[in-house]
Amino acid sequence: MSGPRIVVVGSGPAGVRAAEALVAAGITPIVIDEGRRSGGQIYRRQPEGFKRDYATLYGSEAAKAQAVHRDFDALLERIDYRPDTLAWNVTAGVLHLVQPADGSTSEVPFDALIICAGATDRLMPVQGWNLAGCYSLGASQIALKAQACAIGSRVIFMGSGPLLYLVASQYVKAGATVEAVLDTSPAIPPLAALRGLLSRPRLLWIGLQLQAMLKRAGVKLRKGVTPQRIEGSPTLGVSGVVVRDAQGREQRFSGDAVGLGWHLRAESQLADLARCEFDFEPLSRQWLPRIDEDGRSSTPGVYLAGDGARILGADGAEAAGRLAALAALQDLQHAAGAAMYGKEQPALRQTLATMDRFRQGLARAFPWPHQQAAALPDQAVVCRCEAVTAGELRHCVRELGSQEVNRAKAFSRVGMGRCQGRYCGHAAAEVIAACAHVPVESVGRIRSQAPVKPLMMNAKEVQA
Amino acid sequence: MSASYPAPGARFVRLAEKDRPAIRLSIDGQTVSALQGDSLLVALLNHRRSLRASEFGDGERAGFCLMGACQDCWVWTEAGTRLRACSTVAIEGMAVRSRPPAQHWPVTPDLKIVQGRSR
Repeated sequence: MSGPRIVVVGSGPAGVRAAEALVAAGITPIVIDEGRRSGGQIYRRQPEGFKRDYATLYGSEAAKAQAVHRDFDALLERIDYRPDTLAWNVTAGVLHLVQPADGSTSEVPFDALIICAGATDRLMPVQGWNLAGCYSLGASQIALKAQACAIGSRVIFMGSGPLLYLVASQYVKAGATVEAVLDTSPAIPPLAALRGLLSRPRLLWIGLQLQAMLKRAGVKLRKGVTPQRIEGSPTLGVSGVVVRDAQGREQRFSGDAVGLGWHLRAESQLADLARCEFDFEPLSRQWLPRIDEDGRSSTPGVYLAGDGARILGADGAEAAGRLAALAALQDLQHAAGAAMYGKEQPALRQTLATMDRFRQGLARAFPWPHQQAAALPDQAVVCRCEAVTAGELRHCVRELGSQEVNRAKAFSRVGMGRCQGRYCGHAAAEVIAACAHVPVESVGRIRSQAPVKPLMMNAKEVQA
Repeated sequence: MSASYPAPGARFVRLAEKDRPAIRLSIDGQTVSALQGDSLLVALLNHRRSLRASEFGDGERAGFCLMGACQDCWVWTEAGTRLRACSTVAIEGMAVRSRPPAQHWPVTPDLKIVQGRSR
């Protein structure tokens, strides 16, 4: 096969549009998908044999979901699509793959790598979040979208961000019982947040509609809450949630399931393994891989697009995926691709700038509640994988002098468990920073390690 | 819309897509029914309130992220192979265990502690 070897990781909105741009330029990219079917998490497809239509599954985003699926399906003959495949490591110019089903591995050399790895829920621990029946907001949505199930018979949603109201309203529409929606953000967002949100009036309107719909459905909506604990038993799981309301009064809500989440965090492990530089973003208090306006990382030949680089949502991911692919072609001096890049780059950049203003509005309207980390009781579990508590982490800071998150990881094992710090990493850094009285950026970030997800010991190398 | 309730002892509630063909699988040696297209996690949590016990003594676990990122939903085949229940499709005749078969590994002192905790 002639032409540059370009590999796209992910087949969510960013990966699909990257692959589409590459095919349009005459390239046959390899597309790696950890999922069984394309669409990513946001436009996740239900399994074969399920019958709900697009409007039921994706609501106001049905047309976009359908377009992403249809356009990717149309590419299948012209790309090397590898579903059920995990990209578990990156070394210089080589992507390492494994098929978890049978443990077979392979190595794919590339001239350009476009990583569209998406995002996972961003979690702040709440005492009791390790009880059975506590799920992430994303999980709550997947149970419904991909499996037509609710996570419990009386569900409480807690956290903040657009997903909180979206998932709650999807549950109500599907006939689930939603006991309460508990938002840690203040009822009245700051002015700077509104300015950002107004850059995408359609989405702001949809958000307000969702809240109105929940109120009409009789769901208890509380804003400005401070989570106290998730109650339940180690054997039976969740039985309720206790919060302090905006006036400081303790309130308890009964339920057998909790959907928990504070917006999203970028899946940036592959970028980290590709030695991309990261910068701390004070607004969202998270470390993000450094990219230029087109999605070039600091590592030549490695491009980042979609929520794995900046949490711009699905529409932003579509634009970023296309732009990153065209930038890769431009850099490879591919004639057809460079021409497309020249023509489309200004408009795509402008779209992304609008999306980023909206993202900043969201981050201000639904702030990451970092102060909760300092208030977390010592007995609360921070690392769900290995039940490491806030007290153990604070012990590492106070008695062992770990003011850096990787050092605290070595001492306490926080972030060393099977999720590899995805769900505790941000909170652990906040706990350490608060305890050591230092800014969270000085605590650093958990270094990614290969494999990015656990592999079976029987994974075997296959010579191609 | 009428309220939906979980089956007795179940954690998840089926809200739609209930007319799929039934399949049978075995959980800890007990035969149960599920629906074609269920993930293993959904098949299990329509019969049980949890998937496994935490190895660290803090109780039962029922999965967390459902997207293959947290690894909280590990269960085991009869042969001791680990399966991630959220991203494994349940198929007719599948047999799974909520804890690894003890004879799969030599019983080490720490495995004894873990087994003691979860009984």
